[in-house]
Amino acid sequence: MTETDFRAIFLEELTRVAPDIDSATVGDDDHIQDDLGLDSMDILNLVVALHERLGVNIPEAEYIEIATPGLAALYLARNSVAGA
Amino acid sequence: MGVFSMPSLGADMEAGTLVEWLVQPGDKVHRGDAVAVIETQKGAIEIEIFEEGTVYRLEAKLGEELPVGAPLAIILAEGETSPPDAEPERKPEAAPEHRPFAPDAPAEPTTPPPTTVPVSMGAPAASPAARVRARELGVDLASIKGSGPGGVIVLSDIDGTGTGAQSEPKLSPASSPMQEMRKAIAAAMTRSKQTIPHVYLSHTIDIQPAVDWLTARNEDRTPAERLLLGALFVRAVALAVKKVKVLNGHYSADGFHLSDTVNPGIAVALRGGGLVAPALMNAPAMTLDETMAGMRDLVTRARAGRLRSSEMTEGTLTISALGETGSEMMLGVIFPPQVALVGLGAPQTRPWIVDGTVVPRRVVTISVSADHRVADGRQIAHFITTFETLLQLPEEL
Repeated sequence: MTETDFRAIFLEELTRVAPDIDSATVGDDDHIQDDLGLDSMDILNLVVALHERLGVNIPEAEYIEIATPGLAALYLARNSVAGA
Repeated sequence: MGVFSMPSLGADMEAGTLVEWLVQPGDKVHRGDAVAVIETQKGAIEIEIFEEGTVYRLEAKLGEELPVGAPLAIILAEGETSPPDAEPERKPEAAPEHRPFAPDAPAEPTTPPPTTVPVSMGAPAASPAARVRARELGVDLASIKGSGPGGVIVLSDIDGTGTGAQSEPKLSPASSPMQEMRKAIAAAMTRSKQTIPHVYLSHTIDIQPAVDWLTARNEDRTPAERLLLGALFVRAVALAVKKVKVLNGHYSADGFHLSDTVNPGIAVALRGGGLVAPALMNAPAMTLDETMAGMRDLVTRARAGRLRSSEMTEGTLTISALGETGSEMMLGVIFPPQVALVGLGAPQTRPWIVDGTVVPRRVVTISVSADHRVADGRQIAHFITTFETLLQLPEEL
């Protein structure tokens, strides 16, 4: 899988957690808390979904590395088995 | 034989629209089973039945807007084969009596207004919610033409959305669900501020021990097993209010009724605006992990619009947490008929004195808004101290 694939997966799970977000309008640098309004429960649900789908267990200390779709795509590509 | 009727899910509710049946004739039902989904101002709610038996017949049709108390289904008790009279009376019955905390049950009639209204020289016939709204807006009821049964003035008439004799299939179709929810919030909050003498206490608490404990505990857990700080707060509130009982219950026309069960309502901000506070039933009986799971479930269902009627009516106090970033304190408005709202600000890092030395610590400000008719400052302060003590030993929560 490429970085683009991971970005797409991230946005898919993000919009599942927050169905009112239109993924077409989300920019690479949009912050999931400050710009998209996710709260701590939403972020936990997103991390759970990414873990279930990709097997990537994101520790709490690294939540900051998925703070934007751009960062998340890089992070997931780096840490996912499928990205290797 | 029993008639299952449209329950009241709050003092401001007049009607609901049936959108889905979850049972069919012949199905066995038990106390607490969700039997139908209704659309209300607060979103879609699964309504529960409070009797045992078998569904004999569904009385209401999908899409029908029904007043509180209207019959929805006929339920046969154990052993009954068919109702003595095949055609049941369409006379609405009161909402189930088994809900000890139906808001203002004695004060607000749960049956719809009678179809014939005696001509009176006094105030025109109007529903309680319509009276409240008219008072808020300074509208003279005598100047309004009622569109309810027998010309009774209902809430929508006051809001100017009444359509006279025309019957509308949907709940105020002129406005969006979000506008409807804002109206429900406005009515509850206005009523709270107009009738409840609020008293406020707040206190800033060192939560570094809880934060450190949580970080260590979450480190070797999979995401699905992780806890949020909010779960510790809810757990500590549930245990503290078990000791300081005066903040837990409902205030109705005949005074305060203390509740032995603690069902904290968890304020959930809905994306796009709006707020609901479904109850986490019997929270003190849960472990910390169960509390977290219960909160995740409530938030998920609140956002999906699948809360249960009991969760909307049986909350005994409300907890509103501002989340992990943002403002440090909130003084909330009590959700009637409850008597207390616990506000938790976003945790902040502040200089703090620990063992005589100034050190940076994570702190949180807890506030309690309480009904001064029921609780005094000393009792509220005792509650806050109990909460603080519980959070110092997070491993025991």
